[in-house]
Amino acid sequence: MSIQEIEKEIVEEFELFGDDWEGKYEHIIDLGKSLPKIKEEYKTDDRIIKGCQSKVWLHSELKEGKIVFTADSDAIITKGMVALMIRVLSNQKPEDVVSANLEFIDKIGLKEHLSPTRANGLVSMIKQMKLDALAFLNS
Amino acid sequence: MIDVNKIRADFPILNRKVNGKPLVYFDNGATTQKPKQVIDAVVNYYSEHNANIHRGVHTLSREATELFEEARKTVSKFIGAETEEIVFTAGTTDSINIVAAGLELPVGSEIIITEMEHHSNILPWQLWCEKNEGKLKVIPVEVDGTLDIGLLESLITPQTKVLAVTHVSNTLGVINPVDALIKIAKQYDLIVLVDGAQSVPHMKIDVKELGADFYVFSGHKVYAPTGTGVLWMNKQWVGKLKLSRSGGGTIKTVSFDKTDYVEGALRYEPGTPNIEGVLGLASALKYVNEIGIEKIAKHEHTLLKYATERLNEIPEVEIYANHLEKAAVISFNVKGAHPFDVGTLLDKYGIAVRTGHHCTQPLMARYKIPGTVRASFAMYNTLEEVNIFIEALQKSIKMLS
Repeated sequence: MSIQEIEKEIVEEFELFGDDWEGKYEHIIDLGKSLPKIKEEYKTDDRIIKGCQSKVWLHSELKEGKIVFTADSDAIITKGMVALMIRVLSNQKPEDVVSANLEFIDKIGLKEHLSPTRANGLVSMIKQMKLDALAFLNS
Repeated sequence: MIDVNKIRADFPILNRKVNGKPLVYFDNGATTQKPKQVIDAVVNYYSEHNANIHRGVHTLSREATELFEEARKTVSKFIGAETEEIVFTAGTTDSINIVAAGLELPVGSEIIITEMEHHSNILPWQLWCEKNEGKLKVIPVEVDGTLDIGLLESLITPQTKVLAVTHVSNTLGVINPVDALIKIAKQYDLIVLVDGAQSVPHMKIDVKELGADFYVFSGHKVYAPTGTGVLWMNKQWVGKLKLSRSGGGTIKTVSFDKTDYVEGALRYEPGTPNIEGVLGLASALKYVNEIGIEKIAKHEHTLLKYATERLNEIPEVEIYANHLEKAAVISFNVKGAHPFDVGTLLDKYGIAVRTGHHCTQPLMARYKIPGTVRASFAMYNTLEEVNIFIEALQKSIKMLS
């Protein structure tokens, strides 16, 4: 599926919750728990994307022309958000990752997590995902 | 007893909703909300008296100057100081920087701090040490949150010149035995700075009785506008503390060869000060006086005690410095949950708490945790709000487990 198709799928999935923020957050927490973890060997300090409070580890590799992301976080809500980002951006072509505008985050009512004042490292993670994609594109 | 409903009516922001829920503001250790009396003082200044101070001969300037100097008196009385010992600054951090940069210590001096200091009472001293081959020495924190004050004496050498210590820990709420620490420090002629950022809003302070050299605090943590702070220095320091910054308003005469500075505290206030903020600060302290700091302390203690009892009933909750006398702060973690997750969910329930390292990374390293969830109270908080908080916390724990 293309990035846009997956985004659409996620938006539809979250529409089911309507105004039920608790259901939405429980879903994010479940997604966090299901996140395939990054290999321990990649969970090194130099791979940490630092938010002020929670940490995110990100690893990317190129497999058959597509970028594969694995990641982890020490906070479960952040991890859920990370799981969503991976679902959208992993196994995609680097050029598509670079140009993705990720409108789904706003559409599912989680824009607050993209605020630069938000201390969860998600904004930095998206930036790093795009930088990694750009690096593969130029290599 | 204080009339909390009457007090709450003075704080417009408490009527706000957050995420559709009534705001429960438990982040008072970071900054307090402002009563309309303080907001009005700022508005009134700009509506009626705005002019630059200490300079003009015109009416507005004279009025503004009088209000500003009146504020200095209000502040000095509030902490048992003399008016000429009060320097207005931008906040606690600013005050500590002025002191650290202004003490004429010999190269290689040692400065003693504690493991529970806020970064603002670490970094200015660290900076001094880097520039002057100095050494920072640290009184460790016991696992229960107390300082091992017996260690102070063993850390002191002939090179030790300063003790800088927080009165109340911003992270744990622990009240440090500053009287005892000052007494020991003074036997060795150390210069003592006490960081009062977290104590001034919660207890009666008498700087003369304490006997430190410097006592500093922020206005915004005691219901005043941000960008206001106080540096109290014992009067023997006024004029003796070296100027680390200079400018207009601090001088008697200036020529390119030599400048004579004014004698009083004004020499430490270069440039146009935060006039409206200082007037707001005076208004805030008057407000606190009208209610009575002892009554406020008692009310906050009731909240703290009740919140502690309720939190201790939740098996997943671990409170730090659980059994100590504390000032309006309760810091805890939920087993198996990151403080960020807890804080994020509490916010969805309309509850503002602080999460993270609280700018005390060495203290977090000491407990080997990434941070805590901190609820901190003020005079306008209620037992009912504690109930709302506990209920929301229980729901959050359920979601996270």
